[in-house]
Amino acid sequence: MFKNFMSWIEYRMPFMEKMNLHVMQYPAPKNFNFWYFFGSLAMLVLVNQILTGIWLTMNFVPSAEGAFASVEYIMRDVEYGWLLRYMHSTGASAFFVVVYLHMLRGMMYGSYQKPRELLWIFGMLIFLVLMAEAFMGYLLPWGQMSFWGAQVIISIFGVIPVIGDDLTLWIRGDYVISGATLNRFFALHVIALPLVLVVLVFLHIIALHEVGSNNPDGIDVKRENNGEKIENNVSDKFTFHQYFTKGGKKIIVDAIPFHPYYTVKDIVGVVGFLFIFCFVIFFAPEGGGYFLEPPNFEPANPMKTPDHIAPVWYFTPFYAILRAVPDQLFGAIFMFLAILFLALLPWLDRCPVRSVRYRSTLHKANLVNFCISFVALGVLGVLPATPFYTLLAQIFSFTYFAYFGLLWFYSKNEKTKPLPVRLS
Amino acid sequence: MSNAPVDHGRRRFLTIATSVVGGVGAIGAAVPFIASWNPSEKAKQAGAAVTADISKLEDGQLIRVEWRGKPVWIVKRTPAMLETLTNFDDKLRDPASEDPQQPDYAKNTHRSKKPEIFVAVGICTHLGCSPTYIMKDFEAQVEGMPSGFFCPCHGSTYDMAGRVFSGVPAPKNLMIPPYMFVDDTTILIGEDEGTA
Repeated sequence: MFKNFMSWIEYRMPFMEKMNLHVMQYPAPKNFNFWYFFGSLAMLVLVNQILTGIWLTMNFVPSAEGAFASVEYIMRDVEYGWLLRYMHSTGASAFFVVVYLHMLRGMMYGSYQKPRELLWIFGMLIFLVLMAEAFMGYLLPWGQMSFWGAQVIISIFGVIPVIGDDLTLWIRGDYVISGATLNRFFALHVIALPLVLVVLVFLHIIALHEVGSNNPDGIDVKRENNGEKIENNVSDKFTFHQYFTKGGKKIIVDAIPFHPYYTVKDIVGVVGFLFIFCFVIFFAPEGGGYFLEPPNFEPANPMKTPDHIAPVWYFTPFYAILRAVPDQLFGAIFMFLAILFLALLPWLDRCPVRSVRYRSTLHKANLVNFCISFVALGVLGVLPATPFYTLLAQIFSFTYFAYFGLLWFYSKNEKTKPLPVRLS
Repeated sequence: MSNAPVDHGRRRFLTIATSVVGGVGAIGAAVPFIASWNPSEKAKQAGAAVTADISKLEDGQLIRVEWRGKPVWIVKRTPAMLETLTNFDDKLRDPASEDPQQPDYAKNTHRSKKPEIFVAVGICTHLGCSPTYIMKDFEAQVEGMPSGFFCPCHGSTYDMAGRVFSGVPAPKNLMIPPYMFVDDTTILIGEDEGTA
């Protein structure tokens, strides 16, 4: 009966065919470690955001008069409203945690290198849309930090010569951030950007499955089939979709089917993630003032700036770069470049070896330098701009950009270790 | 269907012509979508000029008036405050107000029509926060300066004429809005003799 039903479907739409291609018969390298959790976790958080987001819109009032009160209403009067909102607000921070770790994974194992450049670019676009999505979402509760944070970020567009002022007026739809701004941000946050995000995630995965997953050793699992027998090849035990073997032209080495091996493994990651995620939701939903900032518990007041404006933690590394540059226009340019250089990594890194495991000590040190700079900038972006902190921010901005400069310089003739023939 | 040979030139011309006409149409169709983001008529109305009564303003006091949703400050500066405006030119980024951040009638040392009455948009020229008025104890920010404005966001400092000190993130002096005295105790903010 079920079988008949499935073949009825299959005749009209290649459902099982696509499931085999992308899930059951998709070859994934056998040596994924915990760093490979974060891609699937990001999808889980995306689903969480969409689901809780839809439910929040059911009670949220997108107007300057109603927004703040409606969030209070959700928190106090709507059944489980507090949980839905905390899942959404904590989910925003969790999204950036997993995405930053996912990006670091890509940098460690050289996952952006040929032929995965386009995959990396799609990832960077997802990151950009995600930042826009988070920024617009943060305006919606219409608290003090919503208002003044948006004020600061929209003003960044004002530094563009000639058109800057008109551009900010156009973005706000008013002479100041107002209900008009709130309404359009709401529309973009709940409809436009999520649609774009879902399409980009789809393209990201299609691009991934075309070139195949990289792995901690950074060597290929799909090889030319020259008839040679490969000893102890775990892949011999499985059937992979013929799309990947190209009718026997390619041989798959040391890879296992995504399902059930990595679906089950990812569940372990999900359990670990949910453990931490639920702890934050139930015991520290404000994230110590970093996920939901204290001034945001006051309604927006255009007449009074909070004493200290800091964006939410996930923007602070870039914000620290913006502040570190004494000139406004150049500050904005450098902040933009900080993201652009990440997107250009496939072309800045000229080393043929992908994984950090087999690369030079210099590269390892440089990657550590990048991580320290990024985290330090993140911390400095939260702190008030005293002359000493500004100096520190300038130093770490320099070391941040130095990562890319040095990488381009040494990667051409880097002294690497010999690559293994098989996955370890 | 005729079997006449394909006229490639004609086909190319038609393809290009159709694309161009279609492209123009697409641009035209985009206009309402883009233009709808501009301030609405209601928002423009709300941006009209406002009046402020300064009859009760005391020496050294600052009052805020809302104009276009922005805080506009009116400060009655004391003679001592006015004196500080001449001694710190070397520490200021733009002491002579060369940047067009003010109407011509405010392009002077005190950046105002009447020396003692200071009118300015209370929004930091760095990233749009509203600086704090520090009447006394400003020396903690700028040595020898008893009073001024301090932006809590990124530490920009301004003197009592809203002129920015050098070495801070803010690039420009505070903006002076157009304004006029309707009578001795009433100021109209947002309009002046030129625009009215």
